[in-house]
Amino acid sequence: MGNRVVITGLGIVSPNGLNIPDFLHAIQNGISGIRFVPEYEDLKFNCQVSGMPEFEWEQLHNYITETSLYGLKGKGIAYGIKAALDAWMDAGNEIVSEDTLWETGCVFGSSVADTDVIKNAITRVDARESKKLGSRVVEQIMNSGVTAYISGRLGLGNKIINNSAACATGTQSILMGYEYIKFGMAKRMVVGSCEYVDRYVFGGFDSMRVLSRKFNNEPGRASRPMSASAGGFVPGSGAGALILEDLDFALARGAKIYGELMGGSTNSGGQKNGGSMTAPGQEGVIRCIKDAIADANISANDIDLVSGHLTATIADKLEIQNWVHALGRSGDDFPMVNSLKSMVGHSLSAAGSIETVAAVLQLKHNFVHPNLNLEDPIPEILDIIGANNLPTTKVEKVINTVAKANFGFGDVNSCLIISKYNNN
Amino acid sequence: MDRKEILSELKKVLAPYTESKEMLAGINEETDLIKDLKINSANLVDIIIDAEAQYNIEIDFDAAEKMYNVGNCIDVISEKINKPA
Repeated sequence: MGNRVVITGLGIVSPNGLNIPDFLHAIQNGISGIRFVPEYEDLKFNCQVSGMPEFEWEQLHNYITETSLYGLKGKGIAYGIKAALDAWMDAGNEIVSEDTLWETGCVFGSSVADTDVIKNAITRVDARESKKLGSRVVEQIMNSGVTAYISGRLGLGNKIINNSAACATGTQSILMGYEYIKFGMAKRMVVGSCEYVDRYVFGGFDSMRVLSRKFNNEPGRASRPMSASAGGFVPGSGAGALILEDLDFALARGAKIYGELMGGSTNSGGQKNGGSMTAPGQEGVIRCIKDAIADANISANDIDLVSGHLTATIADKLEIQNWVHALGRSGDDFPMVNSLKSMVGHSLSAAGSIETVAAVLQLKHNFVHPNLNLEDPIPEILDIIGANNLPTTKVEKVINTVAKANFGFGDVNSCLIISKYNNN
Repeated sequence: MDRKEILSELKKVLAPYTESKEMLAGINEETDLIKDLKINSANLVDIIIDAEAQYNIEIDFDAAEKMYNVGNCIDVISEKINKPA
């Protein structure tokens, strides 16, 4: 047992929406944020599409001071600031606080510090011009840059942590914030994650031959989770953020409540028994989902929606098998399943937080967003969960409980259970 | 370039680093960069880098340490302009 934790604010920087109303509209209507990138053709990448938010620096004008914005070059940090501060305001707070908020902390994740900033440092130093780097490089190449900017702007005084667990980062950051509140170490946490996939990170994945390469001429069709014609994932960028609060703290200030974070789990398969650096082991995944359900003190039968990791690789089939084993449900008894990646691609560290924001919106507004490009589901997936649970258009349905999971390199897993807030 | 001209150029160099735009408009030789203009002390190195580019000079560590108010900045810059590196 412990304190109850509720979600009181949401923020998003997504390839298909830069604020919550636009993002909600996009996911209800199946609007893709995947675009052709001419630069990737020039660089001879196999995959030449990506999900990139339509972000402009001027969008941060009212978020951080002009002196702080001047010299800020790291886009991952910028996405994180925007999402986190939007969530903060969505929760009914002012950006600027006179005093340190000792009861409020931040867990915000990322994978790679912005390599555009690092490249500038490398170029200058190698040209014997380190003197010209200035004061703003270190704060942007440190992994904790994003938490430093967010916590400094909001005056947060509790735990300030930058977490990193590859594609499980976002769900893990949310889980960490949840645990601090649950166990009484904080009253409120700003949680989420960010990712800016630049050409160097993109190139690394492209060389692994795990990216979609057959739909460069049809970007909207390129990200195809669970599809038999899927040939890899589409990298994406962005950030998602949530405000988590101790229930009593939220009620005392009359906050609006999107839902309750019931519980979760993060673990690893230890890269044994089928798990590896790049593939999740079955046993670890099943344990993670089961542990999350146990932590939430619900039954697997209570789950109305599975928001999968489902990247559009050969792992999709295994993931569905794992869910079937973990929930003990199959066929028409299985919950509906969707993958936001069909619309926005796979934004690595940011995937978990962006997808959790989408999950909370589906819970709040009672719908299941469509899976794009699922005209040809993988036969083995159809065999075990049936076509009815794979919506290709928006389904209006009461969603009381959603399970959200992500699995990352290093055989790390994270799963969250989120329910409607129930006043008893 | 006389001190008045340097001061007017210096305003442009300082502008990105201060939120106190009104104070900046009215600076004089006594204005303190940190106390009056509320410039983050870490940004003083950025101001020096920008001033080097603006006036095509080099400001060494010893000279840079003297640049804490507008008058000192003008002293250093005018000296370097007259003795280009």
